[in-house]
Amino acid sequence: MKRHHAVVRITHWVNVIALTIMIGSGLRIFNAYPAFARRGESFCCYPFEHQPIPAALTFGGWLAGARNWHFAMMWVLGINGLVYLAFIYLHGEWRDLVPRRGIVRDAREMVKFYLTVRKDHPVQGKHNALQRLAYFSMPIVGIMAVVTGIAIWKPVQLAWLTNLMGGYVWARYWHFWAMLLLVVLTVGHVFMVFTVDPYSIPSIITGKYRPELSPEARNARPFVHLLPTHHEPPAGS
Amino acid sequence: MSRRPDRSEPPIRLPSHAAERVGLDRRRFLAAASGALGTLALAACDSMGPRSAKGVLMFAESGNEKLERVLFHHSSIDVPRSSAATAGSHFPAYFVSDQVPVWDEAAHGVWRLEVSGMVNTPLSLSLSDLSSLPRTGYKLDHFCVEGWTAVATRTGVRLADLAKLAGVRPGARYVDFQSFDSDYHESWDIESAMHPQTLIVYAQDGHYLNSAWGAPARVYSPVKLGYKNTKYLTKIAFLPERNGGYWSDRGYEWYGGV
Ligand code: HEM
Repeated sequence: MKRHHAVVRITHWVNVIALTIMIGSGLRIFNAYPAFARRGESFCCYPFEHQPIPAALTFGGWLAGARNWHFAMMWVLGINGLVYLAFIYLHGEWRDLVPRRGIVRDAREMVKFYLTVRKDHPVQGKHNALQRLAYFSMPIVGIMAVVTGIAIWKPVQLAWLTNLMGGYVWARYWHFWAMLLLVVLTVGHVFMVFTVDPYSIPSIITGKYRPELSPEARNARPFVHLLPTHHEPPAGS
Repeated sequence: MSRRPDRSEPPIRLPSHAAERVGLDRRRFLAAASGALGTLALAACDSMGPRSAKGVLMFAESGNEKLERVLFHHSSIDVPRSSAATAGSHFPAYFVSDQVPVWDEAAHGVWRLEVSGMVNTPLSLSLSDLSSLPRTGYKLDHFCVEGWTAVATRTGVRLADLAKLAGVRPGARYVDFQSFDSDYHESWDIESAMHPQTLIVYAQDGHYLNSAWGAPARVYSPVKLGYKNTKYLTKIAFLPERNGGYWSDRGYEWYGGV
């Protein structure tokens, strides 16, 4: 049994590429005017007005290049996202991702475990409670990025949408926040993959997974019990 | 509750010379444009990556244009937020020449705006001809390709009214807006040009345009990004084919719709 269906694996990596290009080119576009305030006004809620993002984090070379990439890659990101969501809906994988009853308690237990307040790894299904919350949020924030993006692309033709977000200035701000949230979720996700469960990497490439190396089986927290030789069965098993 | 456009017919005063030149000047725009690469021409092609990538990007752009044209409606109009302040003297000045373009009356005679191409009656209008035509004024957002916005009151003549006067022929699908700001021009699809908020503007915030803002007249429409809105107009040509544009030829989207 493969841990992740081919559709999930392919859309995952297409998403990594598309999102990287979207964020890099988006930051290059942002740098053309790295502020939110309308001319002649000030903006309440961004402390770094007029400070450009470091060029090394941007993509596209110049404003027009970045815009061309952004407006091409948005289709890849959008269609890929729809394929992923349609697939997990039709094929049932959504059940591993939507928050279950008791998710808050379970998440608290995971945090306690990571903070070593609790010794044994909480029992989990395919993903632990924190993963569930992260994986469930990602598509929601992704949709938020797409919708706010459409609002700043067409603030006159789709003015109703832009106005729903408080107008162009605020829609641009929410678009920036969606990007920021995706970056935070992704950094956390990749950090946890490498420090807690690097054995799951094959599962998102070829689908193969060895349950005996799961974080639950290794009683693994970030950097702790990374190697299978550290294997200690959780208390009581 | 629907928000209504603030349409007014303000009395027009002499040019205000308050404009600060805070916005783009040519050098900054080019620097922004070229990044690490030395020349704009290089940047326009090479920074988009390999040729194959460029092909994909151009394909995406033409697809996006088709979608943007489907989304486009004359009934969609710009209404700035009621809380939005007019930019006034903070409104950036922008032109591509090395100096503020000023019409040289001694060399070229009195400024006139030509309306020509596929029209039955070509027009040649002085500023007083223009300002005696039916006047339309709106408080409008300006959407710059860079991401900033600014609000100003624009007063002038609807291009659709000028088109009626000139008798545009059915084969005209595009409109080219030409200027005396070096070789600056931008061509548009005729649907955007005939939008009720597409104005041939000779006054901003109740004053005749000053040189920094495109005097004697410029096209302005909130349905196009700033760079599509040619300033320092000399000629409006109705054409059967599109005719590129200053920034569209350098890699920015030709359609540039909002
Ligand atoms: C280089 C960057 C990335 C690496 C190395 C990586 C690695 C992985 C791995 C190993 C898994 C499998 C986890 C498991 O089976 O328990 C996974 C799942 C997942 N990743 Fe990533 N990932 C990366 C970037 C991203 C990004 C950018 C996103 C979205 C913003 C993302 C969203 C997800 C989601 C939603 C899942 C769960 C898939 C499912 O079960 O349906 N990942 N990733």
